[in-house]
Amino acid sequence: MSLQHYLIVSALLFAVGLGGALTRRNAILVLIGVELMLNAANLNFIAFWRYGPNPELFTGIIFVIFSIAIAAAEAAVGLALIIAVYRHYRTVRLDRIDSLKG
Amino acid sequence: MMSWAAANLWLIPALPLAAAAILAFTRRPHRQLAAILSIGAMSVAFVFALIAFISTLGTRAERSVYNFDWLALGSTSVKLGWVLDPLSAVMLLMVTFVGTLIFIFSVGYMANDPNFTRFFCFLSLFAAAMLGLVMSNSLLGLFICWELVGLASYLLIGFWFQKPSAAAAAKKAFIVTRIGDLGLFLGMVWLYAQTGTLLFYDNGNGCLEASALSKLVAQATLNSMAVSTAISLLIFCGAVGKSGQVPLHVWLPDAMEGPTPVSALIHAATMVAAGVFLVARVYPLMDADPANVPGASTALTVVTWVGAITAIFAALIAVAQNDIKRILAYSTVSQLGYMMVGIGVGGYAVGMFHLITHAFFKALLFLGAGSVIHGTHERQDIRDLGGLRKYMPLTFVTYAIGMMALAGVPLFFSGFWSKDEILFSAWAWKGGRGPFYIALCGALLTAFYMTRQVVYVFFGSYRSHSETQHVHESPRVMLAPLIVLAAFSILLSVVGTPFWPVFHEYLTGHHGEMGSGVITVMLISTAVVAVGLLAGWWIYTRKPLTSADPLESDIYYVLKNKFFVDEIYDVTVVKLNAWTARATRWLDDFVWQGAVIAVSYLVLGLAWINRLIDEFVVNPGFDQGCGGFRLSARALSFWQNGQVQRYLRFIGLAAAGLAALLIWGWRK
Repeated sequence: MSLQHYLIVSALLFAVGLGGALTRRNAILVLIGVELMLNAANLNFIAFWRYGPNPELFTGIIFVIFSIAIAAAEAAVGLALIIAVYRHYRTVRLDRIDSLKG
Repeated sequence: MMSWAAANLWLIPALPLAAAAILAFTRRPHRQLAAILSIGAMSVAFVFALIAFISTLGTRAERSVYNFDWLALGSTSVKLGWVLDPLSAVMLLMVTFVGTLIFIFSVGYMANDPNFTRFFCFLSLFAAAMLGLVMSNSLLGLFICWELVGLASYLLIGFWFQKPSAAAAAKKAFIVTRIGDLGLFLGMVWLYAQTGTLLFYDNGNGCLEASALSKLVAQATLNSMAVSTAISLLIFCGAVGKSGQVPLHVWLPDAMEGPTPVSALIHAATMVAAGVFLVARVYPLMDADPANVPGASTALTVVTWVGAITAIFAALIAVAQNDIKRILAYSTVSQLGYMMVGIGVGGYAVGMFHLITHAFFKALLFLGAGSVIHGTHERQDIRDLGGLRKYMPLTFVTYAIGMMALAGVPLFFSGFWSKDEILFSAWAWKGGRGPFYIALCGALLTAFYMTRQVVYVFFGSYRSHSETQHVHESPRVMLAPLIVLAAFSILLSVVGTPFWPVFHEYLTGHHGEMGSGVITVMLISTAVVAVGLLAGWWIYTRKPLTSADPLESDIYYVLKNKFFVDEIYDVTVVKLNAWTARATRWLDDFVWQGAVIAVSYLVLGLAWINRLIDEFVVNPGFDQGCGGFRLSARALSFWQNGQVQRYLRFIGLAAAGLAALLIWGWRK
């Protein structure tokens, strides 16, 4: 298994996440897409660390653990936002929520 | 030191003024209130005037003045004030006394008039203004009251304004006197410019006192005439207008359109005498002359000649008039001329004595005429009257007394003595005998036309058919004033005889002396009056009177038409005025209006150009700019539709683009 394989998987994962975020109308599914893209980035970190010049240092692992922790917090904030949006608009369909229109 | 009477002199005009103010707000039905209020105010004013008069007796013509600031302008101020001296005291007394009697008479005369309260309001206003006029110590205050009496006169002449002739007469009186007032106003302004004060007496600083007069005399103006003379003549213009002297006499006979008590009060006894009073008041100014001949200054010479011409002119016209009031009106004009002559030739005491006596007997005659008109139901043409002696005995007796006083029947009538004093002064005048002879002719004519009038009205038989049963004597309220006035027409002679000239001494403070020739003049005037009376009696009682006058002739025709003065004014002054008006109208229509129209078209043209620029240059440019903005805004707003996912797509596209750039851009 070489680095390219990991990168391809990661790129696929990112593409799946981006596609979900762009095409889904439900805010929760969009959030899930965002999480997928985030995980694709984490996979990139691990791959570049493992095949990088200094695999003996734990920089890659630490970075990803931070990233996952922040992703957890972000998911909490994202869900809280979705609940607030739902309370306000009685919907979570993003095409109905267009009050940012200038 | 100022006596109580002098300090409170303002009360005398204030009372009738207050009455007038209250009556102005009184509704028509309160007739009794109107009569009581105005007569009451007038009688109380009379009592005050009497007190003031008594306080001046025996003071040797002393003056108490009271001045106050009326209008402060920076450091200077315009002052008004009042003066109590024999001249004002005697005028106050006369005006309040005659006024009270005429007010009482009016109650009877105006009994059936619907505008009774308005009438008394105007009468009271007039009385207030007249009283203010005579006691004023400032030419300005006098002028204000002067215009106020003019206004009251206008209102009262036009009292029956539904008659076109009355309305026209009121206008005529107002406008003609205004011509004279313009002169008075100019004189006043000039006087103020020269002396800096309009107060008559102000402890040596007044304009009638020595310092101001010497300054005025020293300066010369146009044609090397002294400034004092010029100002005097201008002030005299006012007197000419108000006192109906030639050539401004035309308004006074027409003024008889007003109710008869008004004619008596305003146009015989008081207001028309205001001009004479004015000349008497500013006598020191009139008398001031560089040549320094007392009693014959240029101004006084003019006064004398104008008076003399007026006296004979009006007397001639009076001979041929047929309206009972019109005869009296011309007689008034003539007598005012006499007063002017008296002031001109003999000092103001002489003129003032005739003014006072005339006020009484002329008021008596007018009220008598009013009684006749009232008793015969508005008949004024003497050719329609006749034989009233039988129907109105008391009116006849009092009228006859007034007529004899006016004609100057010797010894028992005041008019004889006052006229005689004038004649004597004219005889002894330094400026020549001309006015004396003219005045003598006037006396002859006066006796003649008064005889004619009395014969027409009271003798013979009533010439209006079949109405004799309606002719009645007037009520007592009208007869009482007649009797009182008749009594005074006789009694006043006591104070003015040359043998005991109390009045003269009282006014001037000098002891009068009997000049030589008094008796001669007296005999001459007696003879002249006798000729006049007998001629009148002989001509008018020879045959029963018809509507044609026994003197019918060409000259009579001229006199009957009042020397055509009105007609001459019509073709000259009035025509000129109308012509000027037409010319200015033409100017207005074509020149000024044309200019205005041209300017307006110019503005219109400019506006048109402006509009074109606006519509075809500014507007499209602006619209296009706006359209561009709108299109671009629409295009941009398409992208920003508020859909989060669309924003995300762009971010994704941009990210892809960036990635492509990074990947392939790197290779190069």
